[in-house]
Amino acid sequence: MSAPYDLNDDSVVVVIGSGAGGGTLGTELALKGIDTVVLEAGGRHEIEDFSNDEWGMFGQISWLDMRTTSGNWRVARDFPNLPAWIVKAVGGSTVHWAGASLRFQEHEFKDLSVYGEVAGANLLDWPIALSDLEPYYDKAEDRMGVTRTHDIPGLPGNNNFKVMKAGADKLGYRRCSTGRMAINSRPRHDRAACQQIGFCFQGCKSAAKWSTLYAEIPKGEATGKLEVRAQAQVLRIEHDDTGKVTGVVYADAEGNQQRQKARIVCVAGNSIESPRLLLNSASSLFPDGLANSSGQVGKNYMRHMTGSVYAIFDRPVNMYRGTTMAGIIEDEAGYDPSRGFVGGYEMETLSLGLPFMAAFLDPGAWGREFTSAMEGYDRMAGMWLVGEDMPQESNAVALHPTERDQYGLPVPNVHFDDHPNDIAMRDHAYRQGAAIYDAVGAVRTFPTPPYPSTHNLGTNRMSERSRDGVVNRWGQAHDVANLFVSDGSQFTTGGAENPTLTIVALALRQADYIAEQMQSGVL
Amino acid sequence: MRVVDRRTQVSRRGFLKGGSAATAGLVVLSVSSGMITGPTGAWAISVVNLQTATMQTLIQMARDIYPHDRLADRFYAAAVAGYDEQAGSDPAVKEMIESGVADLDGLAEARHARRYAEVGWEAERVALLREIEEGALFRTLRSGLVVGLYNNPEVWPKFGYEGASAEQGGYLERGFDDIDWV
Repeated sequence: MSAPYDLNDDSVVVVIGSGAGGGTLGTELALKGIDTVVLEAGGRHEIEDFSNDEWGMFGQISWLDMRTTSGNWRVARDFPNLPAWIVKAVGGSTVHWAGASLRFQEHEFKDLSVYGEVAGANLLDWPIALSDLEPYYDKAEDRMGVTRTHDIPGLPGNNNFKVMKAGADKLGYRRCSTGRMAINSRPRHDRAACQQIGFCFQGCKSAAKWSTLYAEIPKGEATGKLEVRAQAQVLRIEHDDTGKVTGVVYADAEGNQQRQKARIVCVAGNSIESPRLLLNSASSLFPDGLANSSGQVGKNYMRHMTGSVYAIFDRPVNMYRGTTMAGIIEDEAGYDPSRGFVGGYEMETLSLGLPFMAAFLDPGAWGREFTSAMEGYDRMAGMWLVGEDMPQESNAVALHPTERDQYGLPVPNVHFDDHPNDIAMRDHAYRQGAAIYDAVGAVRTFPTPPYPSTHNLGTNRMSERSRDGVVNRWGQAHDVANLFVSDGSQFTTGGAENPTLTIVALALRQADYIAEQMQSGVL
Repeated sequence: MRVVDRRTQVSRRGFLKGGSAATAGLVVLSVSSGMITGPTGAWAISVVNLQTATMQTLIQMARDIYPHDRLADRFYAAAVAGYDEQAGSDPAVKEMIESGVADLDGLAEARHARRYAEVGWEAERVALLREIEEGALFRTLRSGLVVGLYNNPEVWPKFGYEGASAEQGGYLERGFDDIDWV
């Protein structure tokens, strides 16, 4: 079934990464009849390898390769070598994502025009509008089985959601529901309905949650046009004298270096590895890194304004039962500068098991203040706050000056300082989150600091003009016609919404473009 | 709504037999050369590479860092017992632990004329820990406890947490939405 392509076959499209961007793009290209090789740095762990074990799965699928951090964000203090909580495995972070599938709002493609200049922020309008993405959003929602679209009913609300909903009603919020989730509320596309297992972050045991691992890639492989090579970590992208990319060099499972030739290369390694790969691919022709004439590769790193509010009640909640992200309040997601910040945020229920709660409730805390909170675990409700953060040029993924990985390549350093707008938004969100729980009788609330980043965005951003960004409206490098960026690093700005649906929509749109360009002989 | 039974299952090893409650969170252990035994004899760990008194201090520190009156000493002992093996394979770890405990005992002697594990009040011990919380021993112990204590499935029922659910069909028919007070 799975087509084995020759290393010297220079007619293939090589896709680096198999998550929301790469896994979707690779599958879609194969479905169009295009010979595609997906190179995935991590291993292939199928559903039967998943377990309801937070630390066990963390060790099995997380990207734990050496990374460093700097800047004033609290993650640098709490998790200095874990800036991001993402997956190194076939399926990428669609293995552990929660499933929230929200479209960007129209104005979020036009931040600079709508918000105006924000001091210290490197704002830019996207070169595309919501209308460009709408047909692809629709296609993505159908493909992923997003609830509350395509006549798919919403999921039932669990205990954690019911607490949030009661508080939202008391505060007068109108847009609180179990949301749009890429989790089957009934059997669909050969996948089962949600069993309310919990452990969405540890890999879905029922396959109700969409992941490229089992919902996309096998369909691509069945065409005979897709080969997925696991444990193949790309080290650099190579080019010829004219500046066209010719292939990639990767380390295979045994650590041996292999060279896969390519007609087109698409980079989808998430927003830390993708710019790192371009920077590590510097050459005499591209001395500052591949496709980096703008100097924007690695810059404008965004991670979403995040934080959590957990609350303890005098009666049981048992929030861990059922889907991890079981509901959402969207009332604060719009643009309303009277709140003291631009952009908006979503409030989404979240629960952690006891082991992760101990690690993330208040990292570094100890003593009875902490343990008394832990003893309220079964009486806790919780929500995650996720909003648009400001792109800043100084927030950047850069090559570490001295630290090297197992292949002798510089490891990435992730620098992040919170922008005053991010802080104002987080403070507002903490207040509103606590108020929601106070309204239903919370006896204690916790403004929990950000976890390591799950939404990594912006480090190869899309721009109309080549001097402002790395890729054009198709995710195609301004500097190199047969090089594409296919993950969240192409986001010009982050929006308030969980990014996966937009990454998938962009990948489907890019697949159409690549196929058309190949067919017309341009690429 | 369905709630989790937090009671300790006492069938094995006569766990509660003859036990007398320790006061003020002070861990009452029987310490002999190479062996630490729980107050009722229900559990024991052997200590080969560290001083036995050092392991006793680690157990006390573990309880003082994450004090849960619902958790018996054996959970804290289990969470730190591995340091003895690490000390055997890595001299740097052994030195870090032994010197860290000696420093802590030095502070306790100066303040209370007794070693840390014999200081009677938790608040007094915590005040001593505050003085060393930036040091290697405390930092190692605390971060290790986050996993060593809270990732032990035996403690989960004490917090009302049920752990893995897929094997039981999830919570669809087991109370995912059974809250009855909102």
